[in-house]
Amino acid sequence: MDKRGDDLDRAILNRLQGGFPVCDRPFARAARELGTDEATLIRRIGRLLAEGTLTRFGPMYDVEKMGGAFTLCAMRVPCRDFERVAALVNAHPEVAHNYEREHAYNMWFVIAAASPQAVAGTIRAIEEETGLPVLELPRFEEYFIDLRLSA
Amino acid sequence: MNDLDERIVRATQAGLALVPEPYREVARALGVGPVLVMERIRGMLADGRIRRIGLVPNHYRLGYTANGMSVWDVDDDALARLGPAVGALPFVSHCYRRPRRLPEWPYNLFAMVHGRSRPEVEEKLAKIRELLGGACRGRDVLYSRRILKKTGLRLA
Repeated sequence: MDKRGDDLDRAILNRLQGGFPVCDRPFARAARELGTDEATLIRRIGRLLAEGTLTRFGPMYDVEKMGGAFTLCAMRVPCRDFERVAALVNAHPEVAHNYEREHAYNMWFVIAAASPQAVAGTIRAIEEETGLPVLELPRFEEYFIDLRLSA
Repeated sequence: MNDLDERIVRATQAGLALVPEPYREVARALGVGPVLVMERIRGMLADGRIRRIGLVPNHYRLGYTANGMSVWDVDDDALARLGPAVGALPFVSHCYRRPRRLPEWPYNLFAMVHGRSRPEVEEKLAKIRELLGGACRGRDVLYSRRILKKTGLRLA
């Protein structure tokens, strides 16, 4: 019954990237719109999370509107040092995500913290620990953000 | 930011429980009523503190293996007009103006483009290039090789 990658999975992925209801029985309501039932929807989302098709399920917060601060950072990390530096950077809980990219600037991470001071402190700590300068590229303006991929 | 809102954020930032009444679960954990919790969450949705509620797919698992962060050096005077135009392209998922850091970093416009292959991404980038026209003085694209943090380590 719970086949992998079938039509219901696709419908869940395509239609539940936002708009999850805020009510007593949100899964029941969302399930009705997807033509399924509450228990099936809960089970499917659980499985999609467990197998790694989903990274998260819940509210997506806007750090800045919450009163926090964040910034994008880039570093040029020598290849031989890459794993060590990645571990040092990732050890900071303020580092929300971190990507390796194909470029001289090969490490790109986002720092999110309660205040601009905390962000600056994390950057200083990373520079001291790694001995590498951090290129700080805060967002000046947001033209668009809506990551909704179709399955 | 009010105290209850903050506690709701803390209680839900790892995700909602997969139970029939997830908001009641949050309310129980915080020792408040579920109606109040839902009211606060609706309030945070309304003022944008919550962008949306739903699921976050793993790009790679959906076949979006080519994730290009395209960066552009765009004439500052033209950016107010061109930034929103690039952001409005259907295949651009995030689009920001950021500072140049000369001489290391000349790019002031970032547009994230996802595709199932690099040629697909390149095609999309050509459309951005066309839209920017003469205001574009330079460009680059940085493909992601690995997620180092976020969802554990995954090879692209």
